[in-house]
Amino acid sequence: MDATTTAADHHEHGHHPTFVQRWLFSTNHKDIGTLYLIFAVVGGTVGGTLSEIMRAQLNFPNDHIVNSGQEWNTIITTHGLLMIFFSVMPALIGGFGNWFIPLMTGAPDMAFPRLNNISFWLLPPAFGLICTGLLMGESGSGWTLYPPLSNSTYEPGMGMDCTLFALHLAGLSSLLGSMNFIVTIFNMRAPGMTLHKMPLFIWSELVTAFLLLLAVPVLAGAITMLICDRNFGTSFFDPAGGGDPVLFQHLFWFFGHPEVYIMILPGFGIISHVISTFSRKPIFGYLGMVYAMVAIGVVGFVVWAHHMFISGIDVDTRAYFMAATLIIAVPTGIKVFSWIATMWGGSVELKTPMLWAIGFLFVFTVGGVTGVVCANAGIDEVIHNTYYVVAHFHYVLSLGAVFSIFAGFYYWIGKMSGHQYPEYWGKVHFWMTFVGVNLTFFPQHFLGLSGMPRRYPDYPAAFAGWNFVSSCGAYLSGAAFLVFLYVVYRTFTSKEHVADNYWGEGATTLEWTQTSPPAFHTYLELPRIS
Amino acid sequence: MRSGRRNIVTGWALAAVIAGMVGMSFAAIPLYRMFCAATGYAGTPSIGLAAAPGASGPTIRVRFNADTNPALPWIFAPDQSEVKLKLGDEQVAFYHAANQSSEAVTGRALYNVTPDKVGKYFHKTACFCFNEQTLAANQSMEFPVSFWVDPAIRDDPNTADVKVITLSYTFFRSLDDAAKTGALTKAGPHVGPMTAAEAKLKAN
Repeated sequence: MDATTTAADHHEHGHHPTFVQRWLFSTNHKDIGTLYLIFAVVGGTVGGTLSEIMRAQLNFPNDHIVNSGQEWNTIITTHGLLMIFFSVMPALIGGFGNWFIPLMTGAPDMAFPRLNNISFWLLPPAFGLICTGLLMGESGSGWTLYPPLSNSTYEPGMGMDCTLFALHLAGLSSLLGSMNFIVTIFNMRAPGMTLHKMPLFIWSELVTAFLLLLAVPVLAGAITMLICDRNFGTSFFDPAGGGDPVLFQHLFWFFGHPEVYIMILPGFGIISHVISTFSRKPIFGYLGMVYAMVAIGVVGFVVWAHHMFISGIDVDTRAYFMAATLIIAVPTGIKVFSWIATMWGGSVELKTPMLWAIGFLFVFTVGGVTGVVCANAGIDEVIHNTYYVVAHFHYVLSLGAVFSIFAGFYYWIGKMSGHQYPEYWGKVHFWMTFVGVNLTFFPQHFLGLSGMPRRYPDYPAAFAGWNFVSSCGAYLSGAAFLVFLYVVYRTFTSKEHVADNYWGEGATTLEWTQTSPPAFHTYLELPRIS
Repeated sequence: MRSGRRNIVTGWALAAVIAGMVGMSFAAIPLYRMFCAATGYAGTPSIGLAAAPGASGPTIRVRFNADTNPALPWIFAPDQSEVKLKLGDEQVAFYHAANQSSEAVTGRALYNVTPDKVGKYFHKTACFCFNEQTLAANQSMEFPVSFWVDPAIRDDPNTADVKVITLSYTFFRSLDDAAKTGALTKAGPHVGPMTAAEAKLKAN
C-alpha cells in the first residue's frame, strides 16, 4: 500500500466518522444544528405535554387531574422554562443559527467548533435537572423564580435547586453559543459581504447573540444569589438580613425582558427571508429592517420594570418605563409594515412556509397590540397577573416564535435533509395549528379582562365557558403537533431528492448555491460577494 | 492563521463582557444603595448628623407607621400616631417595643418615607433603626427617632403639594438571632392551617 492510498483512506475516513464521533464529539455546525433541532422537538414535546395537562385541569371547574397547588405550580414553572430554554431557544438560535449562519455568510464552519459542541452538550444535563425539579414536585416558583416563593422557606426541597442549576447550565450554553455566533459573524463572512449586505437572518442572530451576552450573565448573578440565600445563609433577597426581594425582580427582568426579544428576533430574520422568497421580491426597506432590530435590542434593555408595575415602584418610575415600553412599538411597527410592503405587489405564492409567515404576521400583531395595552401602567394595575397577560405573551411567543420556527422548518427542511416535506400535510399542520392556538388563546383575553388570575389550578364557575373553549383549542393544537411529527416522518422517508435551489428565483441567499443537503464541509473555496 | 488569532482575541473580549455583566449584577446592590442615598429615591431618607436649619414658618404633618414581621415575637407600635412640626425644626418621636418571648431577641428595622419623592427632604439625625436592637426576655423599651424636614420641600414644584409624610418601619428578627435560637428552621408546609404558635403570634 503506497502513501497515496493511505492518504485517500484517511481522507475518506474523515468524511465518514463513526456514529459516536459524528454525533457525540461533533464539531460540524450542520450536525450540531441538527442536534439542537432534535433537542428542541424533545423539549417542545415535554413542555407541550405539560400544557395539555394544564388545559385538561382547567377544562372544567373543580377538576382534579392535578392533585395539589404545589403540583400545579411545578407544572407551570417547568412548562415555561422548558418552552423558553429547551424548545424555542434551541430551535431558533442553536438549531437554525448553527445551520445557517455559516451557510449564509459563506463561512466554512463556526469560529470555535469545539465550543459549539460543549454549548450543545450542556443542554441535555440541564434538561435532566429541570425534569428532576418537575418530578420531585419541588420547583413551584413560576418561571420568574421570585423570592420569597423560591426561597428555602417556601420551596425547601432540592428540586428547586435542581431547576436553578439547570438554568445555570442552559445559560452557560447560550453564552458560549452567542460568543461563537458573534465571532463567526464579525470575522468569518465571505469576502465582499459587508455588514450592510448581510442577510437579515444573520443580522437577527447577531443582535440576539449580543442580547444573550449582556442579559444572561445577570440571570446567572441573580440565581447565584438565590442559591446562596437558599443554601448558604446569605440574605440578598431577605429583608430580615437587610436584603430586598424586589432586587431579584429587577435583576430577573433585566434579563427577562431582553430574553423575550431573544426568542422573537431570530424569528423576525426567518420571516423576512420567507416573505421575500415567496413574494419574489427583495425585502422592503432592508436597512430599516436591520436598524429596527438593533433598536429593539437596545431599547429592550431599558424597559424591564414594566413587568413590575405593581411591585410598589414609584409613579415617576412607572411613567418612564411605560413610555420607554411604548416606544418599542415603533421599530416593531416598521418591521410589520415592511413585511406587508414586501408582499405588496409581489408574486405571492402560498406554499406552507409562506402560510406560517403570514400566520406569524397575524398572531404577532395581535400579541403586539395587546402588549401596547399591557404596557400602560394604569391598565396593567388591573390586568397584571390575569389571563390577559397569559394571552398576550402566548400570542407573541407561543404563537409568534413558534410560527417562525415552523416557517423556518418548512422553508429549509429540503435544504437540510435533501427531501421535500409533503405540501398537503404541511398545510394541514398549519391550518390545524392556526385554528387551534387561536381557539386556545383568544378567549383568554376575555377571561383576563373578566378578572381570572394566572397560576391557579381552578376557577369560579363564571369562567367555565371560555375555559372550555380554550381547552378544546389546546387539544386541537396538540393534534396538530402530531401532524407535524407525521410530516417529519414523511419527509425523512421520502425517496425524492430536491434541487439546490428548490424555491426558485425568490431565494437569493448563499445557502441556495449549495447542494441539498449541503456537503459535510462547505465553502472550501470562499464565495465572493459583489 | 491570522484570522484564527483574530477570532481568539474577539472571543476573549466577549468573555470579558460576560464576566463584566456578572460583576455588574452583584455591583448593582451597593450601587443602588448609593444611588438611593444620594437622591432619596424610593423614599430613602437622608441620614446623618446634619443640623436642622431652625424653624421657618410653614408646618407639615408626619405620620408614624409600624409593622412587625411574624417571626419577631415583639409588639411594636408608635407612641403617637402623628405630629405636626415646623419645617426646618428638629423633632423627636417615640416608638415602643415589647418582647413577648421568654428569651432575648434581636431585631432590625427597615424604614422608608412616603410619598417616595420626599426622601431627599426628610432628614433622620438619630434613629433606633440605624442599629440592631436587642430586648431581653419580656423587656419593654422606648425607641426614639429624631428628624427634621428640609424647608426646600416647599420650593420644589414636585413636592410643594405634600402635606403629610408617613414614616414607616418594619421590624424583622435578625438572621443571626434567628439562627442562634433555632427560629430559622424549615417553615414546613406552606399551605394548610397555621400552627398554634403562629396563630398566637398573629393574635398579638
